[in-house]
Amino acid sequence: MGLFILRRLGVMILTALCLTFIVFFLTNLFPNLEKLTKSEGNFRMSDEEVIAWLEPRGYLDPLPVKYGRWLGVVPGWVGEDSEGRVIGRCILPGMAPEEAPRYCGLLQGYMGYSSVFKAEVSAIIVERGSQTLKLMGWVMLVMVPGALIVGVLAGMREGSKMDRSLSTFSIATTATPEYVSGVIFIAIFAASASPLNEFLRESGLIDGRTLLKGTATSAMENATFENFFLPVITIALYGMGYIARMTRASMTEVMTAQYIRTARLKGVAFRTIVLKHALRNALIAPFTVIMLQFPWLLNGVVIVETLFNFKGFGWTLVQAAGNNDIELLLAVSVVSVVVVLVTQLISDIGYVYLNPRIRIA
Amino acid sequence: MDPLSWTGPIGIFLNPALGMASLVLLIGVIAQIVLSWVMLEERITFNADGTAVKAGGIVGLTNEIVKWSLAALLLILLAYILGGVLSGHSGGGVMGGVTQRFTPVLVALVLTFVLSIRYKRSLGLYGKLMDSTIGMIGFGLVMFWVYTAFFYGTFDLIATHDPLSQVSGMKNKVPGTPLNGAEAGDYAYYLLGGDNLARDVFSRMVAGSTIVIIIAPFATLFAFMVGITLGLPAGYYGGTLDTFLSFLANLILAFPVILLFYLLVTPEIVMTGIPKYMAAVLFAFPLIFFGVLINSRYYTEPSRNFRILAIVLLPMAYLYLIAISEGGYLVNNEDVTIPALPRLFDLYDIAPGILVVFVSVVFVNSPTVFRIVRGLALDIKTRDYVAAAQTRGERPWYIMLWEILPNARGPLIVDFCLRIGYTTILLGTLGFFGLGLPPESPDWGSTINEGRKLLSIYPHPALPPSLALLSLVLGLNLLADGLREESLKD
Repeated sequence: MGLFILRRLGVMILTALCLTFIVFFLTNLFPNLEKLTKSEGNFRMSDEEVIAWLEPRGYLDPLPVKYGRWLGVVPGWVGEDSEGRVIGRCILPGMAPEEAPRYCGLLQGYMGYSSVFKAEVSAIIVERGSQTLKLMGWVMLVMVPGALIVGVLAGMREGSKMDRSLSTFSIATTATPEYVSGVIFIAIFAASASPLNEFLRESGLIDGRTLLKGTATSAMENATFENFFLPVITIALYGMGYIARMTRASMTEVMTAQYIRTARLKGVAFRTIVLKHALRNALIAPFTVIMLQFPWLLNGVVIVETLFNFKGFGWTLVQAAGNNDIELLLAVSVVSVVVVLVTQLISDIGYVYLNPRIRIA
Repeated sequence: MDPLSWTGPIGIFLNPALGMASLVLLIGVIAQIVLSWVMLEERITFNADGTAVKAGGIVGLTNEIVKWSLAALLLILLAYILGGVLSGHSGGGVMGGVTQRFTPVLVALVLTFVLSIRYKRSLGLYGKLMDSTIGMIGFGLVMFWVYTAFFYGTFDLIATHDPLSQVSGMKNKVPGTPLNGAEAGDYAYYLLGGDNLARDVFSRMVAGSTIVIIIAPFATLFAFMVGITLGLPAGYYGGTLDTFLSFLANLILAFPVILLFYLLVTPEIVMTGIPKYMAAVLFAFPLIFFGVLINSRYYTEPSRNFRILAIVLLPMAYLYLIAISEGGYLVNNEDVTIPALPRLFDLYDIAPGILVVFVSVVFVNSPTVFRIVRGLALDIKTRDYVAAAQTRGERPWYIMLWEILPNARGPLIVDFCLRIGYTTILLGTLGFFGLGLPPESPDWGSTINEGRKLLSIYPHPALPPSLALLSLVLGLNLLADGLREESLKD
């Protein structure tokens, strides 16, 4: 088991290195650097001025050197800006050049400086990431129990009316991407012209103009049902159908097992059979699926945060990518890759622990 | 001219009836679910004459209620459709107008279903699909959009206005607003309203279907070519090749899709020509696939082999060159110039936005297909017929393509349907972030993106494309479900 985890960790690090190198390569292509320069300086810079801006900042050095600097295995660049001041990768604003360390990169715990937000990348990631964690936490709280209940109810009696209707419901939710369900929810619950809100206003059931809010910006400080329910349910619904279908499949399989038949023949109540005999075995497969949903949630988070203007991790990704903020984008990809790979690892290990029939030597 | 109401004069009778029928149906379904929870077994009563009656009493009553109210509901919906087709917007309001515009699609759909059900026993898996209700509903939804795309794309039917033209005074107008300054020959209404640039929402939705229906299946097909060509050897040979290819696939899958799109589809990256190189590589896979497919089968008869190879590969190679070259070059920028097919022979230039979108969608989809094919190959290579082929002395590629692949077709067909739906979602995602296609493009993702900015004030521009995308993807998912069910019955 230890060796298995070690090998997986090795593959993880290799994957993360390759991936960040690809991101590094793509963001450091010359047209992207030119765009970065013009957004830092001004948009009427000539080609020579662009080169003069990029040169002292080390952007025109060979790619491996630049990547090594970001990793922290090559000394950071030091140069002079147009006014003759000494600048450098490791010289933070307000720091004397002599005090600055020689190496500063990922290994030293320094992720760089964001050109869009004018702040240290690690601080941004922590701040935005905590917002997204809040969102994800609520999504999980809604999605996982909901999906398991739907899946167990549907798989309990295969082919029944309940099974048919719940299965169709799960298919419908997997067919509705977040940007569609979000738009539909906003149109129904958060648009002042929607029939539902007009009805509620006229009958005096709500004080404001709409039942729920179509923007979650205020949820960053103070999340309430009104401003946070729509983003949460939008992400939760898309992931829910898939988990519910997996739970249903595994539940129907368990319900046909011999020991369930024995229990039924003994005269155990159906409810007891479902809750005590079947459920525990039926939940092994959904566990792995739930863990593997994290990468998908990450996608949903980007869409929903953009749609509802919730300034979290996904919103940061869009800002960084849209403005070619190289170091922020690299940090974002490191974090998301780590999330993806760690959840894969947990799902594998968890599967082995939960299922006594599988053993890894 | 007065604005149209939602259902027009025919709605005066039909709307209350529709309300009643749906209310009764809703009550019936809820009662049914509650009853199925309380009464566990289906009741069977034996009569004195020896016959058995299933589910009498209260359960039978709810079943009857549901059955009849559903029938009533369907009849009323049929009345709406017929009323709409016959009387258009004057009789059926907005809904009637929309239904009348879709008349060719509806006729084609009815014809398709009548013919398919009539001859379903001689149509193989497709005919069996007509036995499953879910599959039929899914197929109907998919074909609805396929026919819409076809009739709009080839005959310019269905849409009421040009999807790009703006009409002054129609900005953000609600559905059913009369066209400002309509001349003779113009359609007199904006059926589903105007968007924030005063364009017709209905026509844009219809025009968007063409883009999706062309790109999504083709992109999925290319992803399957890539996935199959790489996945079969990875699963069959295993070893270093498998390790390497699986690592690559996992690498691409570890990228958040949206980050990948942002990295590949921005104008700066397009300028460097990277999407073009990717297109040159990815588009070559169908050539490789068919080349190997034919060669592995006929290499024992060289003359026939060359003839078939030439017949299949030469046109494909020409299409390949047409697809990748633009203005006589593969890539032509300040740093690199790579000539391709001369302009004289280049019949068609794919719009650059579409090419980039296509390539990135294929790129994102291929690793998943690769993993599925690899898994299937790993499973099937242990079968006896593969061992028999190996004993006969068949070559590896023959075994992979003519023994393993045909036996993996069931899961692959089902996944193909699901994956077209997923590709549609990806295309929508690209549009939603304003990547790839030009902003005025009527594809559903871009239209949703435009509409979402004023969503809480004017929800009507964003809703039609959302519902269209939803119905197409739902149709594909239901179709896949029906196919899976029917193929499992064998």
